[in-house]
Amino acid sequence: MHLVLFFIFGAVCVGAAINLLVQKHPINSALSLIVVMGSLALLYLLLGAEFVAAVQVIVYAGAVMVLFVFVIMLLNAGAEEVLPHKSRVAFLLGVPGLIVGLTIGVWVISHYAGLDRISLGGPQIMSGTESFGNPRAVAQLLFRDYLLPFEVTSILILIAILGAVVLARREE
Amino acid sequence: MTIGTYIVVSLVKIVIAMFILLTGVAYTTLAERKVVARIQNRWGPSRVGPFGIWQPLADGLKFIFKEDITPPFAYRPLYLLAPILSLTMALTSIAVIPIGPWVTIGSIHTPLQIADVNIGLLIILGLTSIGVYGIALAGWSSNSKYSMLGSLRATAQMVSYEIALGLSLIGVLIYAGSFSLRDIVNSQSGTFLGFIPKWNIFTGQFVAFFIYIMAAYAETNRIPFDLAEAETEIVAGYHTEYSSMKFAMFFMAEYANMFTVACLATVLFFGGWSGPVFGPPILQAVLPVLWFVLKVLAFIFIYIWVRGTLPRFRYDQLMAFGWKFLLPLAIANILVTALVVALK
Repeated sequence: MHLVLFFIFGAVCVGAAINLLVQKHPINSALSLIVVMGSLALLYLLLGAEFVAAVQVIVYAGAVMVLFVFVIMLLNAGAEEVLPHKSRVAFLLGVPGLIVGLTIGVWVISHYAGLDRISLGGPQIMSGTESFGNPRAVAQLLFRDYLLPFEVTSILILIAILGAVVLARREE
Repeated sequence: MTIGTYIVVSLVKIVIAMFILLTGVAYTTLAERKVVARIQNRWGPSRVGPFGIWQPLADGLKFIFKEDITPPFAYRPLYLLAPILSLTMALTSIAVIPIGPWVTIGSIHTPLQIADVNIGLLIILGLTSIGVYGIALAGWSSNSKYSMLGSLRATAQMVSYEIALGLSLIGVLIYAGSFSLRDIVNSQSGTFLGFIPKWNIFTGQFVAFFIYIMAAYAETNRIPFDLAEAETEIVAGYHTEYSSMKFAMFFMAEYANMFTVACLATVLFFGGWSGPVFGPPILQAVLPVLWFVLKVLAFIFIYIWVRGTLPRFRYDQLMAFGWKFLLPLAIANILVTALVVALK
C-alpha cells in the first residue's frame, strides 16, 4: 500500500516538476510548483513525518508560493515569448545524448548503490518504534540537539529580511 | 475494528458531517438575513414558508437556474478551478474537528470526529493556507480590474493575518502540549471551585482568544475586514465576474469557513463539548454534542451581530492593525504563557 502510494505521489511530483518547466505562463508554472510541494508533503507523510508534512504545506505550498503568485498577479506577467529559433543540431545531438546519459546514470546507480537493496523506508519506519517526524522529535532536535545552529539560522534570516527592507526602501 | 468497518464508519461520518455542515451553511444565510434585518429594524425574508424558513431552498434553486456566464476574457482553467478549490478546502477543514467524546454503538467504538489525527490543528492551518489560492486565482483569472483588486487585497490580508492567527494559537498549544484537537479539549476538562470550567479562556488565554477571533474574521473576509469584496469600492471584489453556482460555491465556502472558525474557537478556548452532563445514558451521550453545537451557534451569532454593527476598516488601517498591533500582542502572549508554564 505504501509502495503504491509512493509511486503515485512520486509520479505526480515528477510530472508537476516537468510541467513547471514546460508551461509558458508563469502562473501555470507557479501552480505546478505548488503541486510539487504538496506531493512532497504527502511523501513525508508516507515516511511517518506528519509534522514535517504539515509544515511543508503551510510554509512552502501556503506562504512562500502565495507570495510567488502574488508577485505574478501584481506584475501581471504575461506568457513567456518563445524564440522562433530552433537548433537542429541541438535536437539531433541532445535527444540521443539525454537518453545515453540517463541510461548510464541509471546503470551506475543500480550497479554501485544496488537498487535491489534500496528500501523505500516507508513501511519499515512506520512499523518501527523510532519516530523522527512528529512534533516532539522535531522540537527536541531543534531546541536541544541543534539549538545553536537553529538560533544562528534565525539571525541569518533576520539579517536577510533587514537587507530586503533596506534595499526596497525608497530614497528620501 | 477491521479496515472494512473503518472505511464504512468513516464514510457514514463524512456523509452525516457534510449534510449537517451544508444545511448549517444554508440556514446561516437565512439567520444572517433575519438577524441583520432585525438590527436594522425591518423583517427580513418572511414570505417563503412560516418565518421564511424555506428561503435557503429558494435561494439554492435560484442559484442553480441562473445563467452561468464565463466571461470571454477569462482564463478558463483557473477560472473554473478557483471556486472548486475554495469550497473543497473550506469543507475539508471540518474533518478534523472533534464534536464529542468517543461513543459506542453496538460493537463499534468510534470518536465523534471524521479523522482523529495528531496534527489536527496544523491540518486546518494548512488547508486555510491552500484556500487562499481559491481567492487569489479567482481574481487573477477573471481578468477584470475589480476582481484583481479584490483578490490582491484578500491575498495580502489573509497572508498577513494568518501569522497573527497562527501565533495566537501557540499559547493554547503550550497548555495542552499537543496538536491534536481532541487532546486540547481533554486538557480543558475539570473546574475551578466546582463551577468555573477550566476552559482556556478562563485559564489565561483571554488575550489569545481576542487575537484569534479578530484574525479569524480577517481570514474569512467578513465585516469589519471585508475589504476583498467591498461593494462600495470594487463592485464585489474577487467574485465580481462569477455567476450562478460558481458564485454560490464562493458563498458556501465563506460560510463553511465561518463554521470552521466557530468550531475551532469552541475547541481551543471554550472546552469543546465539555459542559454539565447528567441524566439517563442516552441524554449523557447527546448532551456533550448539544453543548458543542450551542457554543458554535453562539459564535455564528456573534459573527452576524458584528456584521450588523460595525463599519468597514480602511485598507491601511487593516494592515497596520494586523502587523503593528495583533502580531506584537500575539508574540507577547506567547512569551507570557511560556513563562507562566515554565515557572509553574
